[in-house]
Amino acid sequence: MSNVDYKVEVLVGLEIHVQLCTRTKMFCGCELAFGTEPNSRVCPVCLGMPGSLPVMNKQAVEFSILAGLALNCQIPSFTKWDRKGYYYPDLPKNYQISQYDLPLALNGYIEIPTDNGLKKIRIRRAHLEEDAGKNLHTAGNFSQVDLNRAGTPLLEIVTEPDMSSAIEVRTLAEELQRIVRYLGISEADMQKGHMRFEPNVNLVITRAGQQFKTPIVEVKNLNSFRALENSIDYEIGRQLDRFLETGETMEMGNKSTRGWDDAKEVTVLQREKEEAHDYRYFPDPDLVPVRVNEQWLNEIKSRLRELPSKKRLRYVKEYGLSDYDAGVLTNDRTVADFFEEAVKAGSEPKRACNLLTQIGLKLANARGCAITELGPKAADIAQLAQMTQTGEISATAANTILEEMVKTGKAPRELAEQLNLIQKNDAGELEGIVDEVLKSNPQAAADFKEGGKKSGKARGFLLGQVMQKTKGRANPKIAAEILDKKLA
Amino acid sequence: MVFITQDKRQDKITTILDSRFRGNDKRMDWQSAKQLRDKIATRRTNSVEATKAVFTRIAKIEPILGAYISTFEEQAIARAAEIDKRITGGEKLGQLAGVPVAVKDNMCTTFGTTTCASKILANFHAPYNATVVEKLLAADAVIIGKTNLDEFAMGSSTENSGLKQTVNPWDTKRVPGGSSGGSTAAVAAGLCYAALGSDTGGSIRQPASLCGVVGLKPTYGRVSRYGLVAYGSSLDQIGPITQTVEDCALMLNVIAGHDTADSTSVDEKIAPVVDYLAKLDEPVKGLRIGIASSFNAGADEQVRKAIDEAIKTYRNLGATIVEIDMPHLDYAIAAYYMVATAEASSNLARYDGVHYGHRTQNPNDYIEVYTKSRAEGFGKEVKRRIMLGTYALSSGYYDAYYLKALKVRNLIRGDFVRAFEKCDCIMMPVAPTTAFKIGEKVDDPLKMYLSDIYTIAANLAGIPGISIPCGFDDKKLPVGLQILSPAFSEEKLLRIAQMYEKQTDWHKKRPLI
Repeated sequence: MSNVDYKVEVLVGLEIHVQLCTRTKMFCGCELAFGTEPNSRVCPVCLGMPGSLPVMNKQAVEFSILAGLALNCQIPSFTKWDRKGYYYPDLPKNYQISQYDLPLALNGYIEIPTDNGLKKIRIRRAHLEEDAGKNLHTAGNFSQVDLNRAGTPLLEIVTEPDMSSAIEVRTLAEELQRIVRYLGISEADMQKGHMRFEPNVNLVITRAGQQFKTPIVEVKNLNSFRALENSIDYEIGRQLDRFLETGETMEMGNKSTRGWDDAKEVTVLQREKEEAHDYRYFPDPDLVPVRVNEQWLNEIKSRLRELPSKKRLRYVKEYGLSDYDAGVLTNDRTVADFFEEAVKAGSEPKRACNLLTQIGLKLANARGCAITELGPKAADIAQLAQMTQTGEISATAANTILEEMVKTGKAPRELAEQLNLIQKNDAGELEGIVDEVLKSNPQAAADFKEGGKKSGKARGFLLGQVMQKTKGRANPKIAAEILDKKLA
Repeated sequence: MVFITQDKRQDKITTILDSRFRGNDKRMDWQSAKQLRDKIATRRTNSVEATKAVFTRIAKIEPILGAYISTFEEQAIARAAEIDKRITGGEKLGQLAGVPVAVKDNMCTTFGTTTCASKILANFHAPYNATVVEKLLAADAVIIGKTNLDEFAMGSSTENSGLKQTVNPWDTKRVPGGSSGGSTAAVAAGLCYAALGSDTGGSIRQPASLCGVVGLKPTYGRVSRYGLVAYGSSLDQIGPITQTVEDCALMLNVIAGHDTADSTSVDEKIAPVVDYLAKLDEPVKGLRIGIASSFNAGADEQVRKAIDEAIKTYRNLGATIVEIDMPHLDYAIAAYYMVATAEASSNLARYDGVHYGHRTQNPNDYIEVYTKSRAEGFGKEVKRRIMLGTYALSSGYYDAYYLKALKVRNLIRGDFVRAFEKCDCIMMPVAPTTAFKIGEKVDDPLKMYLSDIYTIAANLAGIPGISIPCGFDDKKLPVGLQILSPAFSEEKLLRIAQMYEKQTDWHKKRPLI
């Protein structure tokens, strides 16, 4: 067997549930809640009380359409709500309001960076539905149900099986996280379960000119990028082993469902055969269909913004930033917006980038806050950058000043003066200092004049002495010019 | 159906009833809801007096009639006293100030229970009021009790109640009709001045006909369904059950209108709500009445006779008769039992013993919480409809049943649209027979389903329909005339009904109970 050549191709499709950050739940007026006391954010509607009726949250629909547009989807002019029936204690009505055959968005794509450039992953559909509650198995012989989460709007995005490695899936998931955050439609906080993944994985194995497809496995309910990537990698290995061992193919086996054991880092079988799940979908008679007319669609379109991948490319092209820097800045919309504001206020892109990536983000991370919450405004950053640009202060001094700005809330110039960081740009004054240095270091001066091997080293030494004498405040450029003139 | 106390009750009743014609109205000192309201407002009587009188009558008659699942005597009298005080204080009160009314027990109230006449909700206390209940309260009505019904409004005789039996006040061996049989029996017997019912396939009109009172099913979307425990959501509609057409208009004034809590309630900019009393007494000039003769032929001879007489009355008032063709009406019952049961199977899924309502004792696992709670809590007819609906929605059958039923529904809608091009309203019987005997049809669901043959089409088409008393058969049982009109034409419909009522005394006849 081991002598036979075979080729393995990986096929992964992904279902992603994204919790939208609307003010209220999908079909009632309860505020979205996380970590509040169980069953404290509920009302007759999300409790599924007899006689209660759902009323559609328009904001959730607009958020979903926005996502659909960002994912290059078609937005049909007519969509509707369907009931998906199944019995589970965390589902108070024993049906979930979802969308069956007419989703809000369909036939789109998302582009992800790969080693071979951008790759298009097709989006099959994106539909809106309500979340269920949570079963808590905490006490003895019974379980409890918390319905705070019940009725939370969820956007389910389904891709085609266009990804061919775990890292591609992860890249897509991360890109999607950035997109929904950019659009402001989800906090996409993994810890809070705002994004949940269900990859479908199988392999196409070509051996001796013959193609074999392994049975599709769906891995349920993954809520971290790490688990997503690792579970797929595990599945690829497991499916290959199993095929080599048993020769089982899609036609023979059946689609199965597996869970991810985070501790053991293995997938575990949950359901062998696709149970005859009959959800008995039918249009929800309590809700009217949604008609998306051109005017509404255009209004929503106007809220679309530049997406992270585009922005990243633009930063490289337009601002001359490195791909790495552009990536760091565009990772978070707040940072990117802040950066662009600083550039607009007069900062050189590279200066603002350095200040923000080297100091700003570090401080924000340490404080667990957004970069905008540190205190300094974008205009302050721009001023600081400009002071560096004009040579008023050194780049190192700018970093120090920014740190102090955050600490004290004072303006950059005030701090520069207070900390004595204004560079000595006065040629006359610097000339005096250079003369002093040359006088007390005749040997070095001689070495420099002589040229040759020792010259460079001596020049560096002399400049260092000038800096030392001025406690680092000499403008290095001007000091070097004077020195070069003196010893020419 | 074994109804143990029936014989005993009957003995008691025979002693109360004499052999006089039951349509005698001499002993009736009753008045309509509007008359009472006006008297209270002008302080010729007061709400406490009226409310107490109703409870005195309830004490005497309710043990025979079984119209109420719960009554709120103390609360009602206290509220009546408060309303009287406000009237004495010169305050301007709502349209139903001080009038004792009843609500079908499938509408949520924060007071008492909301049982839907089901064991599964026998002890259910709703945490909120239905919109219609809020509206009654805002109109200063006095809600005196909640009336019996077929369990979850599924039935045509109120025999499917899981909690009690209601009898017909005209003949206590007979059914009051259903599913709003408690409300119609209570209004007919004077145990309230007006009541609310709900109509999914005829549940207001058919019992109104069998009890000799007025019952209106408004256009779908005219009255909010919020707080009405759903049976068939796309068909359910709340409406008034009253002694007179005028009361019906008054009640509709109170309950009609858009509700932001019900997405299917209609925008008033599209279909404005008017004051249904304002022009009530204006006859409709040049009235054209549509009749589908062949369809009506299925009714009992005596029912047909009463309907023919009623139409003659309209003719005498100058109306013209137009023969209409309703080719798809024959499929109405089949389509209805697909749509209604499919929706019901989903609507009733929530009664599972997990969150509220009846829960089985000592389940082995959570699946048994579902299966046993539901098996113990639901009655036979409810189970039958849940199974029917579940089947109709199952994958592989959806297209053949549910989808096809929706298509038939559209055809029926089309029939009405075409018919209303030629006429202002359509008249037909409400039910093929007058009140039938208790137990007569309980073992034959199909026969029972056919009781709704004339009423179901209006629900499928979403149009309004009214049942008004139009005579008696030779057993002295009331017959109802059904009038159907285009969507949101309630004002005209009530005026048409009023034209007839003014010419006749049928609505003044009271059962001698």
